[in-house]
Amino acid sequence: MTLEVDDLRVYYRTLKGDVQALDGVSFGLRDGEILGLAGESGCGKTTLGKALIRLDGRMKHVGGSVTLDGQVLPIGDDVKMNPYRFKQVSLIPQYSMSAMNPTRKIGRMVRELLESRREKLDLDELHSRLDLVELPRHVLGKYPIELSGGMKQRMVMVISTLLNPSLLIADEITSALDVSTQKAVVTTLKGFRDRGFVKSMIFITHDISLTNQLADTIMVMYAGKLAEKAPASTVVNAPKHPYTQLLISSLPEVGVRYADKRLTGIPGNPPSLLKPEPGCRFRDRCPLAFEKCAEDPPPVEVEKDHVVACWKAA
Amino acid sequence: MRRYFGRKLLIYGLTFFMAVTVNWLVPRLMPGDPVASMLARARVAQPEAQEALRVYYNNLFGFDLPWWQQYLNSWGSLFRGDFGISLWAFPTPVADLLTRAVPYSLALLIPSILLSWVVGNRLGALAARRKVLDNTVLPVSYVLTATPYLWLAALMAWGFGVVWGIFPVAGGYSFSMTPSLTWAFLVDLFWHWLLPFASLFLVALGGWAIGMRNVIIYELESDYANYMSALGAPQKLIRRYAFRNAVLPQITGLALQLGVLVAGALVTEIVFSYPGLGSLILAAIQNKDFFLLQGAFLFIVLGVLIANFIIDVVYVIVDPRTRVGMAGAAA
Ligand SMILES: Nc1ncnc2c1ncn2[C@@H]1O[C@H](COP(=O)(O)OP(=O)(O)O)[C@@H](O)[C@H]1O
Ligand code: SF4
Ligand SMILES: [Mg+2]
Repeated sequence: MTLEVDDLRVYYRTLKGDVQALDGVSFGLRDGEILGLAGESGCGKTTLGKALIRLDGRMKHVGGSVTLDGQVLPIGDDVKMNPYRFKQVSLIPQYSMSAMNPTRKIGRMVRELLESRREKLDLDELHSRLDLVELPRHVLGKYPIELSGGMKQRMVMVISTLLNPSLLIADEITSALDVSTQKAVVTTLKGFRDRGFVKSMIFITHDISLTNQLADTIMVMYAGKLAEKAPASTVVNAPKHPYTQLLISSLPEVGVRYADKRLTGIPGNPPSLLKPEPGCRFRDRCPLAFEKCAEDPPPVEVEKDHVVACWKAA
Repeated sequence: MRRYFGRKLLIYGLTFFMAVTVNWLVPRLMPGDPVASMLARARVAQPEAQEALRVYYNNLFGFDLPWWQQYLNSWGSLFRGDFGISLWAFPTPVADLLTRAVPYSLALLIPSILLSWVVGNRLGALAARRKVLDNTVLPVSYVLTATPYLWLAALMAWGFGVVWGIFPVAGGYSFSMTPSLTWAFLVDLFWHWLLPFASLFLVALGGWAIGMRNVIIYELESDYANYMSALGAPQKLIRRYAFRNAVLPQITGLALQLGVLVAGALVTEIVFSYPGLGSLILAAIQNKDFFLLQGAFLFIVLGVLIANFIIDVVYVIVDPRTRVGMAGAAA
């Protein structure tokens, strides 16, 4: 196991109280595994991604643990977490277009970043990785503004993986791209994994059809909890959780994306996570809900590698 | 790049052209004989000078020439550095009065602008870093920046000059001294300079500190800062980037504030009877010396335009984005 997340709870402090955005999620990631993290907007995907690398000022680590390569990550301690960042856990942010300092030449920024982490810049390695993502080497002498959007994204992908992290988190990095560019990004990420630049990866998207092209395993979240986790083909072809079933059936055809039809097919909205009522959080929208659903459904491994949190599926 | 500066220069040239034209037009729009009425209103020191001035200015205005000739002539004399003769300080040419006053004004303006900008930026950056500092620097800065130049200058002149008697409150140097390159004179010069400088410096300082603090806080929440933090970069590096990027809008701010700063300096000179352009303008107004006023006005406009152009150049040098943008536009 590269990564083990156990009963992780991360809340947002707000004036009205705690938003329970990540409420007891457990899962593991094997060496070389790519996990697709899917679910409607607001279900806690970003919160999970951030929890693994850097909590923002409003987030607090309430409980649970994260173990990476056998070491427990001090995720609640911003300073103690620093040594792990970039080297063990890294991130391709959603905001690749603006992730690089606009007033530094890219090569210099990379060098300063590495030096600040006491790492030497291996220029040959950097060049070969630029070649790999088909970026000309002279981009290192350019300012970010001189690169196109796609080039910036590839540059950030190279920077983030330069130190061969064990875990790479990619949060909605394809949302703003057109379909062909999305495919290219997915191919690149697969290439990174296959060449061992990253050991394992969490690929976050609200677009389950895209996840299917890349991920070995898909984890579906709902309202801060795990709904279902299984090998990608199982989630797509034989989902057990009513929420996953609705997600899949609301897709006209897996692998094809229709501009307006992404995950919009389920009537109703996710519940507020401020003071969520006990019981299954999908209850209000679930066509199969019954009395038992007033209790929290625990995640159960219904078959090997297939976990579902639903009373009907167990 | 050439196109960018060409456009800027065109704008500044146009501004200057307008200022000169308005200067030329105003006396000619006065009802009656402008020279006679200006001389009548002005307090000319020597009565015998009246006639000489009348002849001189009638000649200068050249009312017998067609208007375009008059206009071209006025540009001609401007380029010769001829601003006419002062009514109040007859027979000193306006140009002489101005060139004598300008060094004093510059000696106040340049150090107070540059130092307040540099120190204010440092202070604002520090405030953005530490809560304790923020809680002191910020309120003090707000008070300073809200203080009118006139007010702080008067307060300091009264406090340090009149009540405690530490500093002189009038003039560029002591009346008992004659300008010379001696230590005693230079010290005296510096002593007279210190209070007006300090009051200008302090008021400007507050604004820069607040501006810097706010921009830095914004920069520290920007995407590149978040990305660097996620990759475990130390705060030192992130702050260095943030400061560098926050300086850029402050440079633009400098260009925008220039007019306010100059106006503040003029008022401050008046409070301290400092022999710069401000005091000259006051004398011109009090004595209804129209030509002196015009000359001072043109000098200030020219100075502000030149300073603006310098800031434009500096901005392009420090912000790679403008350079890249220009190269892109040229390609
Ligand atoms: N800064 C915040 N303060 C309070 N609540 C937040 C904050 N950020 C996110 N949330 C809440 O946390 C939940 C999960 O958000 P997020 O992890 O961004 O979801 P996703 O990435 O799946 O769209 C949402 O209900 C959202 O409203
Ligand atoms: S536990 Fe009940 S409400 Fe929740 S998904 Fe299963 S059937 Fe629906
Ligand atoms: Mg998100």
